Amino acid sequence: MLLTVDNLCVEFRQGKTSLTALDNVSFKIAEGEVLGIVGESGAGKSLTGSAVIGLLQSTGRIASGSIRFQGRELTVLNERDYRRIRGREIAMIFQDPSTSLNPLFTIGTQLVRTIRTHLNLNAQAARKRAIELLTEVGIQAPEDRIDVYPHQLSGGMRQRVVIALALAAEPKLIIADEPTTALDVSTQAQIMALLKRIASTHGMAIMLVSHDMGVIAQMSDRVAVMYAGRVIEIGEVDEVLNHSRHPYTAGLIASIPGLRDNQPRLNQVRGSMPRLNQIPEGCAFHPRCDRAMDCCRSRKPALLPQGKVSVACHLHDTAETAEDLQ
Amino acid sequence: MTDLLEVDRLRCWFDVSRKRPFGIGHTPRNVRAVDDVSFTIPQGKTFCLVGESGCGKSTIAKLVVGLLRQTSGTVRIDGKELKKGSRAEQQALRRRVQMVFQDPYASLNPSWTVGQSVAEPLIFDPAATAASMRERVAELLTLVGMHPDDADRLPHQFSGGQRQRIAIARALSTTPEFLVCDEPTSALDVSVQAQILNLMKDLQDKLGLTYLLITHNLAVVNYMADTVGVMYLGRLVEVGPRDQVFHQPRHPYTRMLMDAVPEIDEPNKAIGSIRGEIPSPLDPPTGCAFHPRCPLARDVCRSKAPELQDSVACHAWHDPEWTRHAAE
Repeated sequence: MLLTVDNLCVEFRQGKTSLTALDNVSFKIAEGEVLGIVGESGAGKSLTGSAVIGLLQSTGRIASGSIRFQGRELTVLNERDYRRIRGREIAMIFQDPSTSLNPLFTIGTQLVRTIRTHLNLNAQAARKRAIELLTEVGIQAPEDRIDVYPHQLSGGMRQRVVIALALAAEPKLIIADEPTTALDVSTQAQIMALLKRIASTHGMAIMLVSHDMGVIAQMSDRVAVMYAGRVIEIGEVDEVLNHSRHPYTAGLIASIPGLRDNQPRLNQVRGSMPRLNQIPEGCAFHPRCDRAMDCCRSRKPALLPQGKVSVACHLHDTAETAEDLQ
Repeated sequence: MTDLLEVDRLRCWFDVSRKRPFGIGHTPRNVRAVDDVSFTIPQGKTFCLVGESGCGKSTIAKLVVGLLRQTSGTVRIDGKELKKGSRAEQQALRRRVQMVFQDPYASLNPSWTVGQSVAEPLIFDPAATAASMRERVAELLTLVGMHPDDADRLPHQFSGGQRQRIAIARALSTTPEFLVCDEPTSALDVSVQAQILNLMKDLQDKLGLTYLLITHNLAVVNYMADTVGVMYLGRLVEVGPRDQVFHQPRHPYTRMLMDAVPEIDEPNKAIGSIRGEIPSPLDPPTGCAFHPRCPLARDVCRSKAPELQDSVACHAWHDPEWTRHAAE
């Protein structure tokens, strides 16, 4: 297993109290696998990505749990050791390509610098590698384009450069945080196709964070659905999206308008995601759930295997698991 | 059925030429943000304008409510032209058209209570008193699914979806017939988007509203629209009833857009077939602006811009032999 995240809890200090932002998050990513992480804003999906790559804000900390990458525990690393992994073993692609590139340097300078930070190459060889990377991400005439500044490129082209930067050291895992959200749909389609191609040619794993179920369906092998800082359903993408077991997943999917059918009315999930300081007791989804039972109000459901997927919902408690819990 | 909104040959060009002293050596340079756009919206119906960034859809929204002045062409609401006639007539007309903006975090004044924001448009009503305004605010908040007591709270106490409800309540305060909604759900999560879209439909049924809905999201268009207009680089490339546009798209750009949308129930869609990028509006291609990306393009497309005829602006569509050839 490439990455194993086990019962990860992340807290944020707020004055004298602390808020739990990630609550026992567990998942695994195999080599070459694309794991989608989907949820609405405030679910903790981006935070999960930041925690894995060690970029939590200073007020946040990993309270408990473990992140094992290629057998190595990451939560105990100091900043110096983390820097050896970040970019080289695990790379990140951010949402907005216009803020993740430095506007003062040409894309060539930025690529060469990144390449030389990670690989032992001289300036000339690094430039050659930079041109290869630009070719790989589908930039035409890379020999000329390498000397332009980010503002001279379109949004889609900039995101290609960001992907080239992420690829520089051939990492094993790329964390892509909403990589297409800032782009138009025709550009989004091109970037998705590019990421898919790169993942398969290099055997790279991708942790794809997105709020867009369509993007997740197109790209992922498996998907984890998050709600209020917890993974509530995880499994193969087809199983989770087309045969959802958790009422939140099912409700969310039914609330998305489609391109083909003419729904007379969209399904509504009432209310909205709770804030971190107002997460309800028991199952965090119970105030919005039509099928909530008494136990949902008092007891947090555990993420338990249910056929091909794992679900955290009391509706799927079997007699055995119910006994275990008592 | 009468048309509430008529947009005829509307143009909005922005002057982007470099200014020289005394105009010496001045060469005019324009961005044609909106170029010869015509469409109508019948009373009580929803017209959706869809397109990617820079296609001019939000500029049209601003022209229709009078926040921008057109270069040429006309906007008529119920037969009356905006910015024509006496001051009183113009004010009366403006009261009948209101706008809902994209970002409810930016469109509500953070230091005003919800009640103040919702009541603001009412201060132009000479008959309004403090008591009648309070009553009207309570009525409007109830209409959009909020509690009348929310009038005394501040915007930061509400979630994005609730703020958008407040923005809709404010837009409805002058009892308009026509709402221009510019990306009303783009800043919202999908479960909240569903609530707002359903609310918009309910309000349309209840109050007989007419909508001009601007969005980049084709699925939202499919859910909301009676008629759809597809824009590309300032021009309408296809206009038609929703079912026609979605099930038999005529313009190659419309088809490309549909292919680009990732869908849950079609995970293996051929999303890889999209070519090229949106050209810069400063330097648009000659002829049909879509020709560099179009799989059907021929010489005529490079030299002559197609007119909108039979709900599509495409040379290939009007040549049956050409379309048949392309299909093979």
